[in-house]
Amino acid sequence: FSSGYMNVNESNPSFTLFKYELLKYLKEMLESSKESLKLEAMKRIVGLIAKGKNASELFPAVVKNVASKNIELKKLVYVYLVRYAEEQQDLALLSISTFQRALKDPNQLIRASALRVLSSIRVPIIVPIMMLSIKEASTDLSPYVRKTAAHAIQKLYSLDPDQKEHLIEVIEKLLKDKSTLVAGSVVMAFEEVCPDRIDLIHKNYRKLCNLLVDVEEWGQVVIIHMLTRYARTQFVSPWREDAVFDENSEKAFYDSEEERRVEQSKPYIMDPDHRLLLRNTKPLLQSRNTAVVMAVSQLYWHLAPTHELSIITKSLVRLLRSHREVQYIVLQNIATMSIQRKGMFEPFMKSFYVRSTDATHIKTLKLEILTNLANEANISTILREFQTYVKSQDKAFAAATIQAIGRCATNISEVTDTCLNGLVLLLSNRDETVVAESVVVIKKLLQTQPSQHSDIIKHMAKLFDNITVSMARASILWLMGEYCEHVPKIAPDVLRKMAKTFTSEEDIVKLQTVNLAAKLYLTNSKQTKLLTQYILNLGKYDQSYDIRDRTRFIRQLIVPNEKSGALSKYARRILMAPKPAPVLQSAFKDRDRFQLGTLSHSLNSQANGYLELSDWPAVAPDQSVRIVEVVEPAGAPVFGKSKPGKSDEKFYSDSEEEEEEEEEGSSSEDSSSSSSEESESESESEENSDDSNKSSSSQSDSEKKKKTLKNKKLQQQKPDSKDRYWSHKALLLIIRTKFFLMHIVLSFSNQFVASCRCSLLCLYVFLVCQFDTISWDVRVSLQASSPVFVPETSRELLHRMTGKGLSAQYRFTRQPCIYGNSMVSLQLTLSNSSDQALENIHISEKSSTGQNIHRFNAIERLEPQASVTVSMGVDFNDSTQAANFQLCTKEDEFSVSIQPAVGELLLPITMSEADFTKEQSKLVGMNESSATITMTPENVSSQSVNRKVVSVANLGVIPSSQENIHRFAGKTVSSGCLVLVSVALKDPDAVITINTENTVMASMLLRQFKTALTNSGP
Amino acid sequence: MIHSLFLINNAGDLFLEKHWKSVISRSVCDYFFEAREKAVEPDNVPPVIRTPHHYLINIYREKIFFVSVIQTEVPPLFVIEFLHRVAETFQDYFGECSESTIKDNVVIVYELLEEMLDNGFPLATESNILKELIRPPTILRSMVNTITGSSNVGETLPTGQLSTIPWRRAGVKYTNNEAYFDVVEEIDAILDKSGTTVFAEIQGVIDACVKLSGMPDLTLSFMNPRLLDDVSFHPCVRYKRWESERVISFVPPDGNFQLMSYHISAQNLVAIPVYVKQNISFFETGSSGRLDITVGPKQTMGKTVEGLVVTVHMPKVVLSANLNATQGTYNYDPVTKILVWDIGKLNPQKLPNLKGSLSLQSGAPKPEENPSLNIDLKIQQLAISGLKVNRLDMYGEKYKPFKGVKYVTKAGKFQVRT
Repeated sequence: FSSGYMNVNESNPSFTLFKYELLKYLKEMLESSKESLKLEAMKRIVGLIAKGKNASELFPAVVKNVASKNIELKKLVYVYLVRYAEEQQDLALLSISTFQRALKDPNQLIRASALRVLSSIRVPIIVPIMMLSIKEASTDLSPYVRKTAAHAIQKLYSLDPDQKEHLIEVIEKLLKDKSTLVAGSVVMAFEEVCPDRIDLIHKNYRKLCNLLVDVEEWGQVVIIHMLTRYARTQFVSPWREDAVFDENSEKAFYDSEEERRVEQSKPYIMDPDHRLLLRNTKPLLQSRNTAVVMAVSQLYWHLAPTHELSIITKSLVRLLRSHREVQYIVLQNIATMSIQRKGMFEPFMKSFYVRSTDATHIKTLKLEILTNLANEANISTILREFQTYVKSQDKAFAAATIQAIGRCATNISEVTDTCLNGLVLLLSNRDETVVAESVVVIKKLLQTQPSQHSDIIKHMAKLFDNITVSMARASILWLMGEYCEHVPKIAPDVLRKMAKTFTSEEDIVKLQTVNLAAKLYLTNSKQTKLLTQYILNLGKYDQSYDIRDRTRFIRQLIVPNEKSGALSKYARRILMAPKPAPVLQSAFKDRDRFQLGTLSHSLNSQANGYLELSDWPAVAPDQSVRIVEVVEPAGAPVFGKSKPGKSDEKFYSDSEEEEEEEEEGSSSEDSSSSSSEESESESESEENSDDSNKSSSSQSDSEKKKKTLKNKKLQQQKPDSKDRYWSHKALLLIIRTKFFLMHIVLSFSNQFVASCRCSLLCLYVFLVCQFDTISWDVRVSLQASSPVFVPETSRELLHRMTGKGLSAQYRFTRQPCIYGNSMVSLQLTLSNSSDQALENIHISEKSSTGQNIHRFNAIERLEPQASVTVSMGVDFNDSTQAANFQLCTKEDEFSVSIQPAVGELLLPITMSEADFTKEQSKLVGMNESSATITMTPENVSSQSVNRKVVSVANLGVIPSSQENIHRFAGKTVSSGCLVLVSVALKDPDAVITINTENTVMASMLLRQFKTALTNSGP
Repeated sequence: MIHSLFLINNAGDLFLEKHWKSVISRSVCDYFFEAREKAVEPDNVPPVIRTPHHYLINIYREKIFFVSVIQTEVPPLFVIEFLHRVAETFQDYFGECSESTIKDNVVIVYELLEEMLDNGFPLATESNILKELIRPPTILRSMVNTITGSSNVGETLPTGQLSTIPWRRAGVKYTNNEAYFDVVEEIDAILDKSGTTVFAEIQGVIDACVKLSGMPDLTLSFMNPRLLDDVSFHPCVRYKRWESERVISFVPPDGNFQLMSYHISAQNLVAIPVYVKQNISFFETGSSGRLDITVGPKQTMGKTVEGLVVTVHMPKVVLSANLNATQGTYNYDPVTKILVWDIGKLNPQKLPNLKGSLSLQSGAPKPEENPSLNIDLKIQQLAISGLKVNRLDMYGEKYKPFKGVKYVTKAGKFQVRT
């Protein structure tokens, strides 16, 4: 069972040969043209890495595959690269360009994985590239990429600590991030790179507190630990001086003198931010993750007022049901806590009872805690429990129990005698370790009151012959010597016996024999002089130099001769000095110098990178540093209120709700906020008591409101909507959202406002009816990415004749697809014109050609003459190539294909005119295509141009200051390429210009615009 | 945080290593082997071991040591919890977490470990997300894969990680929508010689198997939520609603997961379903002993007790047992000194009894302590605490799901001292 097995493979000559063959073989496989062979080779290589075998020779062959299309192959190459890049730095550089390219990929997950691998390659040369990529990724739109950037910060820091200053800048930026995805990772980076820069936290403190519940569990642990440290530097102690840790002093509180002092001193008022932290961490005690529960517990331990501490007890006790290793850590922390505050765990004493199946270290910890919890009231229960443990088959544990009994006996004077008697009974135990331990403990106990217990000492002298454990023998000898005056007859006899067996004793026993001899020589030299000299002579020639030294020392000290100086005069005082009784205290006494829940606490010594928890400041630093100025456009009264921390105690749910609202309003489109769902369902369930219809309508209602809320926000960001008409409408909208908020607030608050809520609801419904008509057109023109025009015409996918009664039509909805960012959304209308019901209508899995299709849910049954509308998504990859697939019913399969018009492969975007011209100027040369056409007279009006263009292509209209130039903007669905279209009218001609990187698409679009604008008709 | 991971089997063979930062030589494990040797029993290995330059935090599970290497201060529970999560993921993927399954699926194991940690910090630990990234192996798929050379890595990139509901994968579809909840309660108890309860509590969990399409929003309510005074939840549960209304409101992950666990410590609430009458004695002379155990029903709420097993860890001096069981079978393993009496269903009319003699090693002193009995049992259709699910409501989706609740009571750490 040692490390000997490690070299088995290397030392085996046949393996070296075999290994050479194997590597050669793998190399051949990697260089083949077949994907499957390469994959197989990579799998074997990863197998070698997992076993710890060296596969670095294959580096050149592997790195070639870094740009492979096969995702699994690529991932395995990444694994290999990260493992060996450090050893093969030059070759590793070959792969860098692949990652740099991927960093620009439109797919956020590809960007993220590229950054992940790039930052994991520990090659110092690429530090500048890494730095640049991190900076870029930290401003990425996708929170997932930003999270990866936060991870990369730590990697770069460990590779090159000189980058610290730049990295701190990035950390500062990411700390401001509002996404829950990023929060945990960036705090982790903060803790690793610059834990001392506490000033970076101020402005983000309240945000972090509020986000905490929604952060993933690992992030929660890191954030809670960081906030604990932060709070200890920023707030004043909530532990009042007169009632600090000790519970006993709480009694003193009622003394009249104390009371007066309290009255005089200024009452302590907790900083609202301090309260915010405690309040927002409390629900996390219910987490399934034991690390989170422990983190919150230590936060309460270090930050909460003492009377609030009790809430963590139950959760900690719950953790004891978890795995053995979890129990171990939790018990260690409870042990430290229970020394200072017995009261916390006393009601749960029975949870610490030992089971025979517990591991030894768990048993000892439980024993430790039980001992800490012992007091006058419960000692009899605990001692009864201890009696069971003493009989345990696990002798080491039985010995530990005896020590615990000793501790109880010294701490609680009422039971000292009982314990002592119990321990004396144990002296007749058959097991040696038990007896030995009892002797040692009795020795300690007797030291406190020796005079009353000479009979016990006598009893032990009788046992002496039967005890073989050296520590116990030594203890008895020491007792004899120390209290020889109490047992004047027995002690010399014991010494006589020892003289006989001296040579065969253990060192520790020999030393005590010498001691005993010396002490007897001083008190009773008549009887023992010869014996002592005999023993000293034996000791003089002993093998151990400790014993030889001691003998020499003792001889000089007690036997007077001419050489010995002044010292021998004091021999009696030196040897027979009264010795203080040993204090039996917990091994966890000094552990509270470490923050609970840390590795250092567990080891009871400072671990690398341990950050000391500072003492409370005497005076709180400036509180205003945490105030965040909400940057808000004028005329947003609703959001003005939502400053965090301003919350009133009673209505905290309302302030949190506002927080969430604000979050949502500012978060990007792709993160559909769960908090909004939560508030929806919550407001909903309040109402749904009887009528489910009503509740569902209220849900869609509230959804609508959310949207308008967003719209309003958008509008505020666009200062150029100066029309008075609009601002009038915006005002109405604001009133509406305000009522909506009020509604939420009320539904959250107490029951007694239910009645007044009703009346408000009526008012609100009335207002909604009033404004609904106006708000609709507001939305259409303001929604940033909604289509300007949605064609109603549908095209035929499957005729009812070919489809044996099943007919299908499709149309492009021009909405962003909900199934995937790069998909075009389609609406399919299926109707059954046969006279039989059709069953199980679905799209076959296997048949799609190249394109990625999101299928609709299978329709189980379609009655005759019925029709159903479903939606699906197709990733056309920005090409007009038709998507072919099989539409299946229970009996049949029909091949169908959807050929998208080029204009449907776009999504509209909005931008300002200035941005448009700026972007346009970037896309010149090859990226520009234009044509001149002659317009038909009826098409000249700006309205008709707009209508024609947007009906051909799904583009957004850009407001234009020149009347004769019309601008449109969009992006391709799959790759997100910008497509800019401008139509300049020069009566009777018109110039159409299209600027885009996708030139194929440009030429197709151009052709279609030409036909549309030259044709007359609608 | 977590620097490297080594997997070591019970025999001390290091069979897998993975590094998330630069490579740490496996010789660091020598410190672990030293501690392992000192501990004798694998359970006694200290979870945190200090070496001159590193700290080793290890867990022991399914006969495998997961040894992680740490370089700087980190909450130890963070690492321990993560390592258990790794083991659970393996179990989830391969059906069991054992040396042979890990060796057989070493590539998937490596891919999983790669996704679960980035630079030592947990990245994706939710099973829903991992399964989108890396498909679990099935016999059919591995056969197809070997023939066609296709892979286990998901073609589509997961979207779950990006949403604010990171535990649920997107685009879930089922033809049969169903949600099952298992309320499983375990009784932890210590009974003393006379049968009085020294200590008893209930540990309950609600396991869920939810197969619902789309994004369902579920609300589970109880008849008697007041029973639950200490609970812990899956991250999907909304704390605030529990605090204010005592209902469990959540958007579930797809598939199997543990919704919540709870703890009922009030001793008067804990019913003890069986009583044990036992008499174990060892004689001073003749190196033999007697054993007589009878089990009977106590508070079973009218249900049948099944799967009754009594396990006794005998003292080392007991060589063999010559017993007679009126019901079930018994088996004494003289190597591990464990006596197992498998009773099965408890018949209240005819109480099962195990009686006979034990033979001890001759000359050895008689054991001073009688061994304690560990009881295992199962009661179907009963939550011993009396907890009852009231109703399950679904919002957000139109279809009608099939709903089911099952109750089971088991013995947890149920010990009778003798």
